[in-house]
Amino acid sequence: MKINEALEIVSQTNPGMVRSHNEDSVTFDAEHGLVVLADGMGGYNAGEVASGIAVSVLASEVRHCLEAVGPEQKDAASNDDVGVAVLRDNVKKANLSIFNAAQSQPQYAGMGTTIVTGLFYDNRVAVAHVGDSRMYRLRGEVFETITRDHSLLQEQIDSGIISKELARLSKNKNLVTRAVGIEADVVPEVHLHDVEVGDIYLLCSDGLNDMVEDEDICATLQMLQGNLSLAATQLIEQANDNGGRDNVSVILVKVNSSYATPRGLWAKLKSWFKN
Amino acid sequence: MTAKLILSMDGAVIKEYPLTKERTTIGRKPHNDISIDNLAVSSEHAAIITILNDSFFEDIGSTNGSVVNGVPTQKHFLQNNDVIEIGKYKLKYLNDQPTQTASADFEKTMVLRAPVKQAKPEEGFNQTQVNEGVVAKHESTTQFNVTAPKVEVTPAPAVAPAAQMVAAVIQILNGPNLGRELELSKNLTTLGKPGVQVAVLARRPHGYFITHVEGVNFPSVNGTSVGEQPHQLKDHDIIELAGVKMEFYFKT
Repeated sequence: MKINEALEIVSQTNPGMVRSHNEDSVTFDAEHGLVVLADGMGGYNAGEVASGIAVSVLASEVRHCLEAVGPEQKDAASNDDVGVAVLRDNVKKANLSIFNAAQSQPQYAGMGTTIVTGLFYDNRVAVAHVGDSRMYRLRGEVFETITRDHSLLQEQIDSGIISKELARLSKNKNLVTRAVGIEADVVPEVHLHDVEVGDIYLLCSDGLNDMVEDEDICATLQMLQGNLSLAATQLIEQANDNGGRDNVSVILVKVNSSYATPRGLWAKLKSWFKN
Repeated sequence: MTAKLILSMDGAVIKEYPLTKERTTIGRKPHNDISIDNLAVSSEHAAIITILNDSFFEDIGSTNGSVVNGVPTQKHFLQNNDVIEIGKYKLKYLNDQPTQTASADFEKTMVLRAPVKQAKPEEGFNQTQVNEGVVAKHESTTQFNVTAPKVEVTPAPAVAPAAQMVAAVIQILNGPNLGRELELSKNLTTLGKPGVQVAVLARRPHGYFITHVEGVNFPSVNGTSVGEQPHQLKDHDIIELAGVKMEFYFKT
């Protein structure tokens, strides 16, 4: 099954109840199984410039790279899947674009963005992220994050200074330890996960997970998985009903069928004839 | 802005201590940042570790122990208005991180430029080094709505959480479940049969809304189809969904 037939993808973004403009950017490319979400930072409109650059670099460059080579093949330079390498390389590319723009134009000085991006291929998903935008997975009854925030709070949780429950009371929620575009280079965290039919993936900016408890997000996805766009609307509504202090963005991906890459002689022959 | 401790005894305030250092020590000896000359206090009694806007209390092996909010405590993540008791002395923790409503756009998220060095878990609270190079990011800094778990102190939410909603009920009016009542106790309640027809009832601060989720037919309210859009329910509305009639009403 082709990737765009196997996946159902919706995205929504909303400025929230407090902010005058939206510094989040989202995009997806069903044809290539790519989803990208970025939460920008920086004065005036620099935040949306940064997140906008990140999202457009990812979308155009990944598409371009995948025209030449399939994501399931091996990347010679890193020995990872091409799917993993394109995400890593292009987050770095976006980083450099933002960094250069910030260096050359004073009004953009210091801008940056978080990013979380996923590339679905061959019954897997490669996930790259920087900062505190998250990807969650709902598989059956289990709802969990599959990214780990690059934030001070997460580091404190990891080192046992503060428990996950108490972390909700922390006043240090707003400190990220990594961001795209702040320095000349960035190290994105990239992982590969197996995908099962029925999985629902949620990418979100912290405007969602700071305002809505994980249990409520989970309940919403479970109840409304029959109507993904309504689920997205409900999530944003809940964040705004709880105060909506930040921009809220969500991308939902539902895996409706298997999408293994065809292999073997027959598949090669078929693709050869197609060209 | 800075969090502080207010030292008092028998209700009389003795001194205020801003928590500006990463580690503020409390003890009987004069070299402590908060020195309390009383025999019930150990020479090095306790310490407060402050990491940006959060502070943690730790008893560092005192003879007579420490009490926080009436409970003997070894370590504690301090919340606004917590009271630490050491002997007859009280230290009240104040950290009413401003609800900077006037300048909502200036609540910034920062980027910590270098990775933060972390304490090893078994060592308890260790000094955490935080680099100064920060970059502003729009986002709420201090305010967040939480329903506090088992913690004595609730942080003051900047925006009032969803106003206490009047409870509402759905009662089934026909079919095998005739008379059954369903209290709408959650934010979302789904009705109907998955795969056939499903609608969701959303409880929001300003009322209850029914929205079509899936199925070829839309639910109807008082005989009129609601279509794809959310529809606000009024007291005693009659909902019809997949052949089942239900009455929506507020519980008074």
